[in-house]
Amino acid sequence: MTMKLMTSALAIGVALGLTSGAASAQDFTEAKQGGSMIVTYKDDVSTLDPAIGYDWQNWSMIKSLFDGLMDYEPGTTILKKDLAEDYTISDDGMTFTFKLRPGVKFHNGRELTAEDVKYSLDRVTNPETQSPGAGFFGSIEGYDAMASGEATSLSGVTVIDPYTVEIKLSRPDATFLHVMAINFSSIVPKEEVEKWGLDFGKHPVGSGAFKLSDWTLGQSLTFERNKDYWHTGVPKLDQITFEIGLEPIVALLRLQQGEADIPGDGIPPAKFLEVTADPAYKDLVIEGGQLHTGYITMNVLMPPFDNLKVRQAVNMAINKDRAVRIINGRAVPANQPLPPTMPGYAKDYEGYAFDPEAAKALLAEAGFPDGFETELYVYNTDPNPRLAQSFQQDLAAIGIKAEIRSLAQANVIAAGGEPDQAPMIWSGGMAWIADFPDPSNFYGPILGCDGAVQGGWNWSWYCNKDLDAAAVEADAMTDPAKAGEREQKWRDIFLKIMDDAPWVPVFNEQRFTMRSEKLGGPDAIFVDPVHVPVNYDYVYSNDVQ
Amino acid sequence: MWAYLVRRTGEALLILLGISLVTFVLLYLVPADPARQIAGRSATVETVANIRAQLGLDQPFHIQYVRYLGNLLQGDLGRSYLQRSEVAELIAARMPATLLLMAAAIVVELILGLTIGIVAALKRNTAVDQSLMVFSFVTISAPQFVVGILLLYVFAVRLHWFPIGGYGSFAHLVLPAITIGLLGTGWYSRMMRSSMIDVLAQDYVRTARAKGLGRLRIILRHVVPNAVLPIIAMIGIDIGLFMSGIVVVESVFGWPGIGQLAWQAIQRVDIPIIMGVTLVSACFIVLGNLVADLIAPLVDPRIKLK
Repeated sequence: MTMKLMTSALAIGVALGLTSGAASAQDFTEAKQGGSMIVTYKDDVSTLDPAIGYDWQNWSMIKSLFDGLMDYEPGTTILKKDLAEDYTISDDGMTFTFKLRPGVKFHNGRELTAEDVKYSLDRVTNPETQSPGAGFFGSIEGYDAMASGEATSLSGVTVIDPYTVEIKLSRPDATFLHVMAINFSSIVPKEEVEKWGLDFGKHPVGSGAFKLSDWTLGQSLTFERNKDYWHTGVPKLDQITFEIGLEPIVALLRLQQGEADIPGDGIPPAKFLEVTADPAYKDLVIEGGQLHTGYITMNVLMPPFDNLKVRQAVNMAINKDRAVRIINGRAVPANQPLPPTMPGYAKDYEGYAFDPEAAKALLAEAGFPDGFETELYVYNTDPNPRLAQSFQQDLAAIGIKAEIRSLAQANVIAAGGEPDQAPMIWSGGMAWIADFPDPSNFYGPILGCDGAVQGGWNWSWYCNKDLDAAAVEADAMTDPAKAGEREQKWRDIFLKIMDDAPWVPVFNEQRFTMRSEKLGGPDAIFVDPVHVPVNYDYVYSNDVQ
Repeated sequence: MWAYLVRRTGEALLILLGISLVTFVLLYLVPADPARQIAGRSATVETVANIRAQLGLDQPFHIQYVRYLGNLLQGDLGRSYLQRSEVAELIAARMPATLLLMAAAIVVELILGLTIGIVAALKRNTAVDQSLMVFSFVTISAPQFVVGILLLYVFAVRLHWFPIGGYGSFAHLVLPAITIGLLGTGWYSRMMRSSMIDVLAQDYVRTARAKGLGRLRIILRHVVPNAVLPIIAMIGIDIGLFMSGIVVVESVFGWPGIGQLAWQAIQRVDIPIIMGVTLVSACFIVLGNLVADLIAPLVDPRIKLK
C-alpha cells in the first residue's frame, strides 16, 4: 500500500518538477533555527479549529499548529507517516491499525495518546461540530450512525492501547490514508476543546510545529516555535507574524519596501506582468502547479444543454488560449477535468479542438442553426467577469447569445445548487482544488450523482450511474498491485465524462508565490501542493545562517 | 428638555427596530444558503439540513426575526457563520480603531475645512478663493478609494513619510484620517466660507471695526466664533457619512475597524456580522443626529427643542 502511494505520488512529484525541491530540502535540514517572517493577508483569519477551517488562508496555518496521523513530504504530494510511527493494513483493506509515536506533546504539555485520536475523529464526524469535512470520513464504520445523530462515537474506531488505534472501514477505500492526512483528521486535546467550546478556533491547541501565542482580532496573529516539537530541527523560524487587513496591492508594496516577507494573497493580477518582468523581483517569484481545474458547467437538465451535440459544440467554441492570455498566462489550457499533475490524467487525450466552424455545424445539426439565448453565471471578482466576456464572445461567434450574470460567490454557488436555475456557470474563483492528490476527489461531489442534488456542487447536474458504479469499483481497489489498474479505471471514467461533455474544461491555474530575499528554503515549499499557500514549517531565515 | 429626550429616544428605538427589520428581510431574501456555506462542498444533503436546523434557519421568517430580536435585547448579536466567534466580540475588538479614525477624521475636516473656508471668505472672489473652492469641489467629488490609493502611493511609497497601511501608531493614522476627512473638508470649507461672508456683513462686525479693533482680533473674536456655529451642529450628521466611508477607507489602509469587518462579511455573506455591523452603525448615526439636534439650541438660541 505504501509503495503504491509512493510510486503514484512520486510520479506527481516528477510532473510538478519537485524533484529539485526534494534535493534542496537537504540544504534545509542543515539550516539553523531562528529568525522570523511577516506574512500578510487581506481577510480576517476565520478560524483555526482543524475540524472547521476550510479555506486556503487557514489551511496551511492549521497544518503548522496541528498534526495528524499522516502527512506529505514537504513540497510534494508524497504521503508520509506523521504522528503514526507505523501502520498496518489488513489483507481485505478494511482495517487500518496505527501505532502512535510515543512522547508527542500537545502545546499544553500533555502527551498525545490513542484516546485523543478517537476523540478527534468522533468530534469531526459529530453533526454538532458542523464540520465541512465530515463527509470525508464516510468510509469509517459507524459513520452513518454518527451523521444521523444516532451515535456519539464512531463504532469503527477502537483504542487498543495508549499508543495503538484501530480503524475499521465499512467499505474498501483506496484514499483512506490521504483522508488521514487532511486537516480535518488533525488530533486535538479533549480538555482544551471542552474548555473553549465554540471558541476553540480562536484558542487552538495542537501538537504542531508552531503554537499560537497571540491573536489580536482583525490585526495580527503570532505563531511561536514549539520548542518541544517531536520532529527535531523543525520548524526553522522562531516566529511568524500574520498581518491581517492588507489589500494585495498594499501587501506587495510592503514586500518591496522590506516590510513584509510573503504576500499571502499572492501577486495582484494587475501587477503580475510588472513584477515578473522586473529584474529586481522576478527571482523572488516562485511558480508551481496546483491540483486545480477551471471549467464551465452546462446544466444537462436544462434545454438545450440536455442535447449532447449542443454541449459538444460549446466545447469546440471556447477559445482557451485567449482565456489563458487574459489571466497573463498564469495557467495552462485544459482539455479534461483532471489537472495534469493528478494521477489518472490522460496525457494523450486531445479533447475538443477549438473550431468555431465545426461547432456551428454541430449546433445546426442539433437543431439550432440560429443559436439560442442562455445565461452564464460568474463570480463577480476580477478576472472572472472579464473571462466571462471572452466566453460570451466565443459563444456569440457560433450564434449563442449568453447573458452574463455576475454575482457574489455565495449566490453563484446557490444558483448552481438548483436544478433549474443556472444553465451555464464559469467556475472561476470557486473552482475545484483537490483536497488530496487522488482522482476520486475530482469526481463524487462535482461530477458524480451524489453531487447532483439540490444544494450540491455538481452544477452540470450530470449523473451517470454506470460511472458511479465504476468509481466505487476503482476506490475499492486497495491492493497495491492493482494501483496502475485503478489509475486506468479513473482515466476511463474521466474520458467517458468528456464524451458526454457536461463541462468545458478551460484551464489549470498555476500558483505564484513571492517571497522576500530574507527567506530561504526549497522553492517547492513556497508553492507546496498540500500546505497551501506556503509550507510555513520549512521556511528558514537567511538572517541567521 | 427631558420630555424631548425621552421622545427622541423612543423614536430612535423605533428607527433601529425598523432598520433591523429591513436588514433582516433583505438578508433573508439573499439567494445564498448559509447552511450550505458552513457545510462545505463535500457535505451531504443530510449534513446541510442538520446545520440548517441547528441554526434555526429552517424556521419561518417571523420566528427567526423574533428570536433574533429576543437575543438582541440580551445583547447577543449571535455568532459569525464562518468565524464561529461572537459577533459582539468581533465588533467590540474593532470598535476602538474605528472610533479613533473617526475622531481623527473630524479633527482633519475641522482644521482643513475651517481654515480653507476662512481664507476663501477673506480672499473672496480672488484667485486664491477660486482655487480653494475648486479644491473643495474636488475633495467632495473624488472617490475615497482613489484618494486613499493616491495618498498611499505618494506619501508612503514614494516619499516614505508614512507607513504603507496598518495600525498602531500616529503615523499609521494620518493618511486614512486625511482620506476620510477630505470629504468633510470640502463641505465644511464651502459652508464656512458662506457663513463667514454672512457674518462679515453683520452690523456688529462693522461696529467692531468702527471701534477701531484690529482685523485679526475682529476675525478671531467676532467673526469665526459666530460663523462656526452651524458647522458644529453638522458634525453629528457627519457620523453617517463616515460610516459609509470607513468601509472603503479601512479596506484600503488595512485599518482594523468595523468597516473592514463589514466589507469582509458582505463578501462572504456572513449574515450575523452584516446584521451586527449595520445595527451598530445605525446606532451611531441615530446617536449622532440626536447629539446634533441637542447641540443646535446651544449654538443658536433661536432654535427650541419641542
